[in-house]
Amino acid sequence: MSEKKRETPLLDELEKGPWPSFVKELKKEAARPMVQDLLGQLERSYEEKVGHWKHGGLVGVMGYGGGVIGRYSDLGEEFPACAEFHTMRINQPAGWFYTSTALRTIADIWDRHGSGVTNMHGSTGDIILLGTKTQELEPTFAELTEHGFDLGGSGSDMRTPSACVGPARCEWACYDTLGAVYDFTMQFQDELHRPAFPYKYKLKFAGCPNDCVASVARSDMSFIGTWRDEIQVDQEQVKAYAASGAIDVQKDVCDRCPTRCMSWDGKTLAIDDVNCVKCMHCINAMPRALAPGNDRGAAILIGAKAPIVGGALLSSVFVPFIKMEPPYEEIKELIGRIWDIWSEHGKNRERVGEFIQRIGLGNFLEQIGLDPVPEMIVAPRANPYIFYQDDVFAQPGEEA
Amino acid sequence: MSAVTVDQVAEAMFQLVKETHGKKSLKATDLTKAMAEKFGSECTKDVCKLAIRQLMDSGRCIYSYFGGSYITLPPETP
Ligand code: SF4
Ligand code: SF4
Repeated sequence: MSEKKRETPLLDELEKGPWPSFVKELKKEAARPMVQDLLGQLERSYEEKVGHWKHGGLVGVMGYGGGVIGRYSDLGEEFPACAEFHTMRINQPAGWFYTSTALRTIADIWDRHGSGVTNMHGSTGDIILLGTKTQELEPTFAELTEHGFDLGGSGSDMRTPSACVGPARCEWACYDTLGAVYDFTMQFQDELHRPAFPYKYKLKFAGCPNDCVASVARSDMSFIGTWRDEIQVDQEQVKAYAASGAIDVQKDVCDRCPTRCMSWDGKTLAIDDVNCVKCMHCINAMPRALAPGNDRGAAILIGAKAPIVGGALLSSVFVPFIKMEPPYEEIKELIGRIWDIWSEHGKNRERVGEFIQRIGLGNFLEQIGLDPVPEMIVAPRANPYIFYQDDVFAQPGEEA
Repeated sequence: MSAVTVDQVAEAMFQLVKETHGKKSLKATDLTKAMAEKFGSECTKDVCKLAIRQLMDSGRCIYSYFGGSYITLPPETP
Protein backbone atom coordinates (compact mmCIF):
# COMPACT_ATOMS: atom_id res chain seq x y z
CA MET A 1 0.00 0.00 0.00
CA SER A 2 1.21 3.46 -0.81
CA GLU A 3 2.20 5.52 2.18
CA LYS A 4 1.60 9.01 0.99
CA LYS A 5 -0.51 10.73 -1.58
CA ARG A 6 1.36 10.87 -4.85
CA GLU A 7 1.83 14.04 -6.82
CA THR A 8 0.22 13.81 -10.27
CA PRO A 9 0.98 17.08 -12.08
CA LEU A 10 0.39 15.66 -15.56
CA LEU A 11 -2.89 13.99 -14.67
CA ASP A 12 -3.97 17.19 -12.93
CA GLU A 13 -3.99 18.86 -16.35
CA LEU A 14 -6.84 16.55 -17.29
CA GLU A 15 -9.01 18.04 -14.56
CA LYS A 16 -8.95 21.48 -16.16
CA GLY A 17 -11.71 22.65 -18.42
CA PRO A 18 -15.47 22.27 -18.26
CA TRP A 19 -15.73 18.67 -19.45
CA PRO A 20 -16.01 15.55 -17.29
CA SER A 21 -12.68 14.20 -16.14
CA PHE A 22 -11.89 10.60 -15.28
CA VAL A 23 -8.99 11.89 -13.19
CA LYS A 24 -11.39 13.95 -11.08
CA GLU A 25 -13.58 10.89 -10.56
CA LEU A 26 -10.66 8.64 -9.70
CA LYS A 27 -9.35 11.16 -7.18
CA LYS A 28 -12.67 11.03 -5.34
CA GLU A 29 -11.84 7.38 -4.65
CA ALA A 30 -8.14 7.94 -3.96
CA ALA A 31 -8.52 6.92 -0.32
CA ARG A 32 -8.51 3.38 -1.68
CA PRO A 33 -4.92 2.16 -2.02
CA MET A 34 -5.75 0.46 -5.33
CA VAL A 35 -6.99 3.71 -6.86
CA GLN A 36 -4.15 5.75 -5.43
CA ASP A 37 -1.60 3.38 -6.96
CA LEU A 38 -3.54 3.39 -10.19
CA LEU A 39 -3.21 7.19 -10.36
CA GLY A 40 0.48 6.89 -9.52
CA GLN A 41 1.13 4.37 -12.26
CA LEU A 42 -0.86 6.39 -14.75
CA GLU A 43 1.19 9.49 -13.96
CA ARG A 44 4.32 7.43 -14.63
CA SER A 45 2.90 6.34 -17.97
CA TYR A 46 2.24 9.96 -18.90
CA GLU A 47 5.77 10.92 -17.86
CA GLU A 48 7.41 8.11 -19.77
CA LYS A 49 4.86 7.81 -22.58
CA VAL A 50 4.84 4.07 -21.93
CA GLY A 51 1.97 1.83 -20.84
CA HIS A 52 2.74 -0.33 -17.82
CA TRP A 53 0.02 -2.98 -18.10
CA LYS A 54 0.58 -6.55 -19.21
CA HIS A 55 -2.56 -8.45 -20.00
CA GLY A 56 -3.72 -12.03 -20.43
CA GLY A 57 -2.51 -15.08 -18.56
CA LEU A 58 -4.41 -17.70 -16.65
CA VAL A 59 -6.95 -15.73 -14.65
CA GLY A 60 -10.66 -16.48 -14.88
CA VAL A 61 -13.48 -18.13 -13.03
CA MET A 62 -14.09 -21.85 -12.93
CA GLY A 63 -15.68 -23.20 -16.11
CA TYR A 64 -15.48 -19.94 -18.09
CA GLY A 65 -12.92 -18.82 -20.64
CA GLY A 66 -14.30 -15.30 -21.03
CA GLY A 67 -15.40 -12.39 -18.89
CA VAL A 68 -12.16 -11.76 -17.01
CA ILE A 69 -9.25 -9.88 -18.52
CA GLY A 70 -6.08 -10.51 -16.58
CA ARG A 71 -4.14 -7.31 -16.05
CA TYR A 72 -0.83 -6.94 -14.25
CA SER A 73 1.37 -3.97 -13.58
CA ASP A 74 5.01 -4.23 -14.63
CA LEU A 75 5.72 -1.75 -11.81
CA GLY A 76 4.20 -4.01 -9.15
CA GLU A 77 6.87 -3.27 -6.57
CA GLU A 78 6.38 0.43 -6.86
CA PHE A 79 2.57 0.26 -7.06
CA PRO A 80 1.74 -2.91 -5.13
CA ALA A 81 -1.95 -2.17 -4.61
CA CYS A 82 -2.55 -2.37 -8.35
CA ALA A 83 0.04 -5.05 -9.13
CA GLU A 84 -2.96 -7.20 -10.06
CA PHE A 85 -5.72 -5.12 -11.60
CA HIS A 86 -8.01 -7.52 -13.45
CA THR A 87 -11.08 -6.40 -15.34
CA MET A 88 -14.40 -8.21 -15.08
CA ARG A 89 -16.95 -7.86 -17.85
CA ILE A 90 -20.54 -8.34 -16.78
CA ASN A 91 -23.29 -9.07 -19.29
CA GLN A 92 -25.42 -5.94 -19.37
CA PRO A 93 -29.22 -6.13 -19.42
CA ALA A 94 -30.82 -5.81 -22.88
CA GLY A 95 -30.91 -2.16 -23.90
CA TRP A 96 -29.06 -1.17 -20.68
CA PHE A 97 -32.13 -0.82 -18.51
CA TYR A 98 -31.52 -1.09 -14.76
CA THR A 99 -33.45 -0.60 -11.61
CA SER A 100 -31.65 1.59 -9.10
CA THR A 101 -31.51 -1.48 -6.83
CA ALA A 102 -29.64 -3.44 -9.50
CA LEU A 103 -27.10 -0.63 -9.89
CA ARG A 104 -26.61 -0.41 -6.12
CA THR A 105 -26.17 -4.17 -5.94
CA ILE A 106 -23.41 -4.15 -8.56
CA ALA A 107 -21.73 -1.15 -6.94
CA ASP A 108 -21.81 -2.74 -3.48
CA ILE A 109 -20.35 -6.02 -4.76
CA TRP A 110 -17.57 -4.11 -6.47
CA ASP A 111 -16.88 -1.99 -3.39
CA ARG A 112 -16.40 -5.19 -1.40
CA HIS A 113 -14.30 -7.10 -3.91
CA GLY A 114 -12.65 -4.64 -6.26
CA SER A 115 -11.38 -1.12 -6.73
CA GLY A 116 -14.87 0.41 -6.83
CA VAL A 117 -14.06 1.81 -10.26
CA THR A 118 -16.40 0.95 -13.11
CA ASN A 119 -16.87 1.83 -16.74
CA MET A 120 -20.49 1.93 -17.81
CA HIS A 121 -20.30 0.62 -20.49
CA GLY A 122 -17.49 -0.94 -22.49
CA SER A 123 -17.44 -0.70 -26.28
CA THR A 124 -19.01 -4.13 -26.57
CA GLY A 125 -21.71 -3.04 -24.15
CA ASP A 126 -20.77 -4.86 -20.96
CA ILE A 127 -20.70 -3.41 -17.46
CA ILE A 128 -16.96 -3.09 -16.91
CA LEU A 129 -15.63 -3.57 -13.39
CA LEU A 130 -12.07 -2.29 -13.36
CA GLY A 131 -9.44 -3.62 -11.03
CA THR A 132 -9.43 -6.58 -8.69
CA LYS A 133 -7.04 -9.23 -7.46
CA THR A 134 -7.02 -12.87 -8.56
CA GLN A 135 -8.26 -14.09 -5.18
CA GLU A 136 -11.34 -11.86 -5.45
CA LEU A 137 -12.53 -13.17 -8.83
CA GLU A 138 -14.48 -16.21 -7.63
CA PRO A 139 -16.15 -14.44 -4.67
CA THR A 140 -17.18 -11.56 -6.96
CA PHE A 141 -18.56 -13.98 -9.53
CA ALA A 142 -20.46 -15.91 -6.84
CA GLU A 143 -22.11 -12.75 -5.54
CA LEU A 144 -22.95 -11.48 -9.01
CA THR A 145 -24.59 -14.76 -10.05
CA GLU A 146 -26.51 -14.86 -6.77
CA HIS A 147 -28.12 -11.61 -7.90
CA GLY A 148 -28.83 -12.81 -11.43
CA PHE A 149 -25.83 -11.34 -13.25
CA ASP A 150 -23.44 -13.30 -15.42
CA LEU A 151 -20.07 -12.62 -16.99
CA GLY A 152 -19.85 -11.42 -20.58
CA GLY A 153 -17.40 -12.43 -23.26
CA SER A 154 -13.69 -11.84 -23.83
CA GLY A 155 -10.92 -13.51 -25.76
CA SER A 156 -11.69 -15.64 -28.80
CA ASP A 157 -15.38 -16.07 -28.09
CA MET A 158 -18.73 -14.62 -29.00
CA ARG A 159 -18.66 -11.27 -27.27
CA THR A 160 -21.60 -10.10 -25.22
CA PRO A 161 -24.31 -9.24 -27.75
CA SER A 162 -25.80 -5.77 -27.40
CA ALA A 163 -28.89 -3.97 -28.61
CA CYS A 164 -30.29 -0.46 -28.84
CA VAL A 165 -33.24 0.42 -26.61
CA GLY A 166 -35.46 -0.49 -29.54
CA PRO A 167 -39.21 -0.74 -29.05
CA ALA A 168 -38.90 -0.04 -25.33
CA ARG A 169 -38.39 3.65 -26.01
CA CYS A 170 -38.01 4.25 -29.71
CA GLU A 171 -40.74 4.50 -32.29
CA TRP A 172 -38.35 3.72 -35.17
CA ALA A 173 -37.61 0.18 -34.04
CA CYS A 174 -38.34 -2.18 -36.91
CA TYR A 175 -38.07 -5.27 -34.72
CA ASP A 176 -37.79 -6.25 -31.08
CA THR A 177 -34.08 -5.65 -30.51
CA LEU A 178 -34.37 -6.44 -26.80
CA GLY A 179 -36.10 -9.75 -27.41
CA ALA A 180 -33.57 -10.66 -30.08
CA VAL A 181 -30.50 -9.82 -28.02
CA TYR A 182 -31.82 -11.85 -25.09
CA ASP A 183 -32.69 -14.82 -27.30
CA PHE A 184 -29.32 -14.93 -29.07
CA THR A 185 -27.41 -14.42 -25.83
CA MET A 186 -29.19 -17.37 -24.22
CA GLN A 187 -28.92 -19.55 -27.32
CA PHE A 188 -25.16 -19.08 -27.59
CA GLN A 189 -24.13 -19.35 -23.93
CA ASP A 190 -21.52 -21.95 -24.80
CA GLU A 191 -19.92 -19.73 -27.43
CA LEU A 192 -20.03 -16.77 -25.01
CA HIS A 193 -18.34 -18.49 -22.10
CA ARG A 194 -16.09 -21.06 -23.77
CA PRO A 195 -13.88 -19.48 -26.46
CA ALA A 196 -13.65 -21.66 -29.56
CA PHE A 197 -13.14 -19.20 -32.41
CA PRO A 198 -10.06 -17.82 -34.19
CA TYR A 199 -10.88 -14.44 -32.60
CA LYS A 200 -13.75 -12.40 -31.20
CA TYR A 201 -17.22 -12.36 -32.80
CA LYS A 202 -19.59 -9.52 -31.98
CA LEU A 203 -23.34 -9.41 -32.58
CA LYS A 204 -25.17 -6.11 -32.37
CA PHE A 205 -28.85 -5.41 -32.80
CA ALA A 206 -29.96 -1.98 -34.02
CA GLY A 207 -33.67 -1.33 -34.44
CA CYS A 208 -33.32 0.92 -37.48
CA PRO A 209 -30.65 2.32 -39.82
CA ASN A 210 -29.82 5.10 -37.32
CA ASP A 211 -27.76 2.28 -35.78
CA CYS A 212 -27.43 3.69 -32.26
CA VAL A 213 -25.21 0.74 -31.28
CA ALA A 214 -22.70 1.57 -34.04
CA SER A 215 -22.99 -1.97 -35.31
CA VAL A 216 -21.83 -1.04 -38.78
CA ALA A 217 -18.44 -0.06 -37.38
CA ARG A 218 -18.13 -2.36 -34.40
CA SER A 219 -19.69 -5.75 -34.95
CA ASP A 220 -18.83 -8.82 -36.93
CA MET A 221 -22.53 -9.30 -37.47
CA SER A 222 -25.04 -6.43 -37.44
CA PHE A 223 -28.80 -6.79 -37.43
CA ILE A 224 -30.10 -3.43 -38.58
CA GLY A 225 -33.82 -2.87 -38.62
CA THR A 226 -35.29 -1.88 -41.98
CA TRP A 227 -38.48 -2.12 -44.03
CA ARG A 228 -39.33 -3.16 -47.56
CA ASP A 229 -42.57 -1.32 -48.28
CA GLU A 230 -43.17 2.42 -48.48
CA ILE A 231 -42.20 5.07 -45.96
CA GLN A 232 -45.36 6.18 -44.15
CA VAL A 233 -46.11 9.80 -44.97
CA ASP A 234 -48.56 12.10 -43.21
CA GLN A 235 -48.95 14.86 -45.80
CA GLU A 236 -50.70 17.21 -43.35
CA GLN A 237 -47.74 17.00 -41.00
CA VAL A 238 -45.33 17.62 -43.89
CA LYS A 239 -47.25 20.78 -44.67
CA ALA A 240 -47.18 21.76 -41.00
CA TYR A 241 -43.36 21.40 -40.99
CA ALA A 242 -43.16 23.55 -44.11
CA ALA A 243 -45.51 26.17 -42.67
CA SER A 244 -43.65 26.34 -39.38
CA GLY A 245 -40.52 27.55 -41.14
CA ALA A 246 -38.45 25.30 -38.89
CA ILE A 247 -37.43 23.21 -41.85
CA ASP A 248 -37.11 23.84 -45.58
CA VAL A 249 -38.63 20.65 -47.00
CA GLN A 250 -36.92 21.05 -50.37
CA LYS A 251 -33.50 22.11 -49.14
CA ASP A 252 -33.20 20.25 -45.85
CA VAL A 253 -35.03 17.06 -46.75
CA CYS A 254 -35.35 16.38 -50.49
CA ASP A 255 -31.98 17.80 -51.52
CA ARG A 256 -30.25 15.80 -48.82
CA CYS A 257 -31.80 12.48 -49.74
CA PRO A 258 -28.76 10.45 -50.89
CA THR A 259 -30.61 8.95 -53.86
CA ARG A 260 -32.67 12.09 -54.66
CA CYS A 261 -35.78 9.96 -54.64
CA MET A 262 -38.01 12.59 -53.00
CA SER A 263 -39.83 15.55 -54.47
CA TRP A 264 -41.86 18.39 -52.95
CA ASP A 265 -44.18 20.68 -54.87
CA GLY A 266 -45.16 22.79 -51.89
CA LYS A 267 -48.24 20.64 -51.21
CA THR A 268 -47.30 17.00 -51.54
CA LEU A 269 -44.16 15.07 -50.66
CA ALA A 270 -43.62 12.24 -53.12
CA ILE A 271 -41.17 9.41 -52.51
CA ASP A 272 -39.99 6.97 -55.13
CA ASP A 273 -39.63 4.16 -52.59
CA VAL A 274 -37.95 1.75 -54.98
CA ASN A 275 -34.93 4.03 -54.93
CA CYS A 276 -35.00 4.75 -51.20
CA VAL A 277 -31.94 3.28 -49.50
CA LYS A 278 -33.47 3.57 -46.01
CA CYS A 279 -30.91 6.05 -44.75
CA MET A 280 -33.40 7.54 -42.22
CA HIS A 281 -32.46 11.13 -43.08
CA CYS A 282 -35.95 12.29 -44.03
CA ILE A 283 -37.55 10.46 -41.11
CA ASN A 284 -35.10 11.99 -38.64
CA ALA A 285 -35.69 15.43 -40.14
CA MET A 286 -39.51 15.24 -39.95
CA PRO A 287 -40.34 12.65 -37.30
CA ARG A 288 -43.96 13.74 -36.93
CA ALA A 289 -44.57 13.40 -40.67
CA LEU A 290 -42.64 10.32 -41.73
CA ALA A 291 -42.12 6.83 -40.36
CA PRO A 292 -40.60 3.56 -41.54
CA GLY A 293 -42.95 1.32 -43.52
CA ASN A 294 -45.06 -1.42 -42.00
CA ASP A 295 -43.37 -4.47 -43.56
CA ARG A 296 -40.46 -4.48 -41.15
CA GLY A 297 -37.50 -6.74 -40.49
CA ALA A 298 -33.72 -6.38 -40.56
CA ALA A 299 -30.75 -6.36 -42.88
CA ILE A 300 -27.86 -8.54 -41.77
CA LEU A 301 -24.42 -7.10 -42.35
CA ILE A 302 -21.12 -8.82 -41.77
CA GLY A 303 -17.48 -8.08 -41.18
CA ALA A 304 -16.93 -4.84 -39.21
CA LYS A 305 -14.09 -4.38 -36.79
CA ALA A 306 -12.18 -1.58 -35.12
CA PRO A 307 -8.50 -1.37 -36.05
CA ILE A 308 -6.22 -3.65 -34.10
CA VAL A 309 -4.49 -6.11 -36.37
CA GLY A 310 -5.23 -5.11 -39.96
CA GLY A 311 -7.06 -1.75 -39.98
CA ALA A 312 -10.72 -0.84 -39.59
CA LEU A 313 -13.48 -2.45 -41.62
CA LEU A 314 -17.10 -1.42 -41.94
CA SER A 315 -19.61 -4.19 -42.31
CA SER A 316 -21.33 -4.84 -45.62
CA VAL A 317 -24.72 -6.22 -46.55
CA PHE A 318 -25.05 -9.96 -46.34
CA VAL A 319 -28.80 -10.58 -46.14
CA PRO A 320 -30.71 -7.54 -47.46
CA PHE A 321 -33.94 -8.31 -45.63
CA ILE A 322 -35.15 -10.92 -43.19
CA LYS A 323 -38.09 -11.02 -40.85
CA MET A 324 -36.85 -10.86 -37.25
CA GLU A 325 -39.22 -13.23 -35.55
CA PRO A 326 -38.54 -15.72 -32.77
CA PRO A 327 -37.22 -18.36 -32.67
CA TYR A 328 -34.90 -16.95 -35.40
CA GLU A 329 -34.03 -20.49 -36.56
CA GLU A 330 -32.89 -19.49 -40.04
CA ILE A 331 -30.52 -16.85 -38.66
CA LYS A 332 -29.11 -19.16 -36.01
CA GLU A 333 -28.39 -21.79 -38.65
CA LEU A 334 -26.66 -19.19 -40.79
CA ILE A 335 -24.52 -18.09 -37.84
CA GLY A 336 -23.64 -21.72 -37.14
CA ARG A 337 -22.47 -22.24 -40.73
CA ILE A 338 -20.37 -19.06 -40.61
CA TRP A 339 -18.75 -20.10 -37.33
CA ASP A 340 -18.01 -23.59 -38.67
CA ILE A 341 -16.14 -22.42 -41.74
CA TRP A 342 -14.36 -19.56 -39.99
CA SER A 343 -13.33 -21.76 -37.03
CA GLU A 344 -12.04 -24.42 -39.38
CA HIS A 345 -10.02 -22.19 -41.70
CA GLY A 346 -9.56 -18.83 -39.94
CA LYS A 347 -6.10 -17.86 -38.73
CA ASN A 348 -5.45 -16.96 -35.11
CA ARG A 349 -6.71 -13.41 -34.44
CA GLU A 350 -8.36 -13.15 -37.84
CA ARG A 351 -11.80 -11.53 -37.63
CA VAL A 352 -14.51 -12.91 -39.88
CA GLY A 353 -14.39 -9.78 -42.11
CA GLU A 354 -10.67 -10.28 -42.68
CA PHE A 355 -11.26 -13.98 -43.31
CA ILE A 356 -13.84 -13.16 -46.00
CA GLN A 357 -11.42 -10.69 -47.61
CA ARG A 358 -8.69 -13.35 -47.62
CA ILE A 359 -10.68 -16.22 -49.11
CA GLY A 360 -13.00 -14.06 -51.24
CA LEU A 361 -16.69 -13.39 -50.75
CA GLY A 362 -17.62 -15.83 -53.55
CA ASN A 363 -15.83 -18.73 -51.88
CA PHE A 364 -17.23 -17.80 -48.49
CA LEU A 365 -20.81 -17.69 -49.80
CA GLU A 366 -20.36 -21.02 -51.50
CA GLN A 367 -19.07 -22.58 -48.29
CA ILE A 368 -21.95 -21.35 -46.19
CA GLY A 369 -24.56 -22.04 -48.86
CA LEU A 370 -25.81 -18.50 -49.40
CA ASP A 371 -26.66 -17.19 -52.88
CA PRO A 372 -24.99 -13.95 -53.99
CA VAL A 373 -27.35 -10.99 -54.40
CA PRO A 374 -26.70 -7.53 -55.88
CA GLU A 375 -27.03 -5.82 -52.49
CA MET A 376 -23.78 -7.49 -51.43
CA ILE A 377 -21.80 -5.39 -53.90
CA VAL A 378 -19.95 -2.70 -51.98
CA ALA A 379 -18.71 -0.80 -55.05
CA PRO A 380 -18.80 -1.37 -58.81
CA ARG A 381 -15.87 -3.39 -60.09
CA ALA A 382 -13.08 -1.19 -61.46
CA ASN A 383 -11.14 -3.99 -63.14
CA PRO A 384 -11.99 -4.07 -66.88
CA TYR A 385 -10.43 -7.49 -67.48
CA ILE A 386 -13.60 -9.48 -66.99
CA PHE A 387 -14.93 -11.74 -69.67
CA TYR A 388 -18.51 -12.86 -69.73
CA GLN A 389 -20.01 -15.62 -71.77
CA ASP A 390 -22.21 -13.94 -74.39
CA ASP A 391 -25.26 -15.99 -73.50
CA VAL A 392 -25.25 -14.66 -69.94
CA PHE A 393 -25.98 -11.16 -71.14
CA ALA A 394 -28.24 -11.66 -74.10
CA GLN A 395 -29.73 -8.45 -75.52
CA PRO A 396 -33.50 -7.92 -75.40
CA GLY A 397 -35.08 -9.95 -78.17
CA GLU A 398 -32.11 -12.33 -78.34
CA GLU A 399 -32.20 -15.82 -76.94
CA ALA A 400 -30.30 -16.27 -73.71
CA MET B 1 -26.88 -42.55 -30.63
CA SER B 2 -23.24 -41.55 -30.74
CA ALA B 3 -20.82 -44.45 -30.36
CA VAL B 4 -18.24 -42.25 -28.69
CA THR B 5 -19.19 -40.77 -25.34
CA VAL B 6 -18.54 -37.30 -23.98
CA ASP B 7 -16.49 -38.89 -21.17
CA GLN B 8 -14.25 -40.69 -23.65
CA VAL B 9 -13.68 -37.56 -25.69
CA ALA B 10 -13.03 -35.45 -22.58
CA GLU B 11 -10.45 -38.00 -21.39
CA ALA B 12 -8.75 -38.09 -24.81
CA MET B 13 -8.70 -34.30 -24.93
CA PHE B 14 -7.24 -34.12 -21.44
CA GLN B 15 -4.47 -36.56 -22.37
CA LEU B 16 -3.63 -34.49 -25.45
CA VAL B 17 -3.49 -31.27 -23.44
CA LYS B 18 -1.27 -33.01 -20.89
CA GLU B 19 1.09 -34.47 -23.50
CA THR B 20 1.55 -31.16 -25.28
CA HIS B 21 1.69 -29.02 -22.13
CA GLY B 22 4.62 -26.59 -22.28
CA LYS B 23 5.35 -27.56 -25.87
CA LYS B 24 2.33 -26.50 -27.87
CA SER B 25 -0.67 -24.34 -27.08
CA LEU B 26 -3.97 -25.84 -28.16
CA LYS B 27 -7.17 -24.02 -28.99
CA ALA B 28 -10.64 -25.55 -28.82
CA THR B 29 -10.60 -26.07 -32.61
CA ASP B 30 -7.27 -27.93 -32.41
CA LEU B 31 -8.77 -30.33 -29.89
CA THR B 32 -11.95 -30.75 -31.94
CA LYS B 33 -9.95 -31.54 -35.09
CA ALA B 34 -7.73 -33.99 -33.20
CA MET B 35 -10.76 -35.79 -31.79
CA ALA B 36 -12.38 -36.06 -35.22
CA GLU B 37 -9.19 -37.71 -36.44
CA LYS B 38 -9.03 -40.06 -33.48
CA PHE B 39 -12.67 -41.10 -33.22
CA GLY B 40 -13.94 -40.47 -36.74
CA SER B 41 -17.12 -38.78 -37.86
CA GLU B 42 -19.16 -39.95 -34.87
CA CYS B 43 -17.20 -37.53 -32.74
CA THR B 44 -19.27 -34.49 -33.66
CA LYS B 45 -18.58 -30.86 -32.84
CA ASP B 46 -21.40 -30.96 -30.29
CA VAL B 47 -19.81 -33.91 -28.48
CA CYS B 48 -16.51 -32.01 -28.45
CA LYS B 49 -18.24 -28.92 -27.06
CA LEU B 50 -19.71 -30.95 -24.22
CA ALA B 51 -16.35 -32.60 -23.56
CA ILE B 52 -14.62 -29.22 -23.31
CA ARG B 53 -17.37 -28.00 -21.01
CA GLN B 54 -16.85 -31.05 -18.81
CA LEU B 55 -13.09 -30.42 -18.65
CA MET B 56 -13.69 -26.80 -17.67
CA ASP B 57 -16.47 -27.38 -15.16
CA SER B 58 -14.46 -30.10 -13.44
CA GLY B 59 -11.39 -27.87 -13.25
CA ARG B 60 -9.18 -30.42 -15.05
CA CYS B 61 -8.44 -27.80 -17.69
CA ILE B 62 -8.60 -24.03 -17.75
CA TYR B 63 -8.49 -21.35 -20.40
CA SER B 64 -5.46 -19.14 -20.88
CA TYR B 65 -5.21 -15.99 -22.92
CA PHE B 66 -2.03 -15.15 -24.78
CA GLY B 67 -3.15 -13.20 -27.82
CA GLY B 68 -5.87 -15.85 -28.25
CA SER B 69 -7.79 -18.23 -26.00
CA TYR B 70 -6.11 -21.58 -25.37
CA ILE B 71 -6.98 -24.67 -23.34
CA THR B 72 -4.35 -25.67 -20.84
CA LEU B 73 -3.75 -27.34 -17.47
CA PRO B 74 -4.31 -25.48 -14.21
CA PRO B 75 -1.05 -24.22 -12.68
CA GLU B 76 -0.94 -26.83 -9.89
CA THR B 77 -1.31 -29.88 -12.18
CA PRO B 78 1.92 -31.94 -12.08
S1 SF4 C 1 -31.12 2.34 -33.66
FE1 SF4 C 1 -33.10 3.15 -34.39
S2 SF4 C 1 -34.61 1.96 -33.24
FE2 SF4 C 1 -32.67 1.77 -32.14
S3 SF4 C 1 -32.70 3.42 -30.63
FE3 SF4 C 1 -31.62 4.19 -32.42
S4 SF4 C 1 -33.19 5.27 -33.60
FE4 SF4 C 1 -34.26 3.91 -32.18
S1 SF4 D 1 -34.87 7.31 -46.05
FE1 SF4 D 1 -33.12 8.31 -47.00
S2 SF4 D 1 -33.04 7.42 -49.05
FE2 SF4 D 1 -35.08 6.99 -48.24
S3 SF4 D 1 -36.35 8.68 -48.96
FE3 SF4 D 1 -35.62 9.24 -46.91
S4 SF4 D 1 -33.76 10.45 -47.29
FE4 SF4 D 1 -34.22 9.34 -49.19
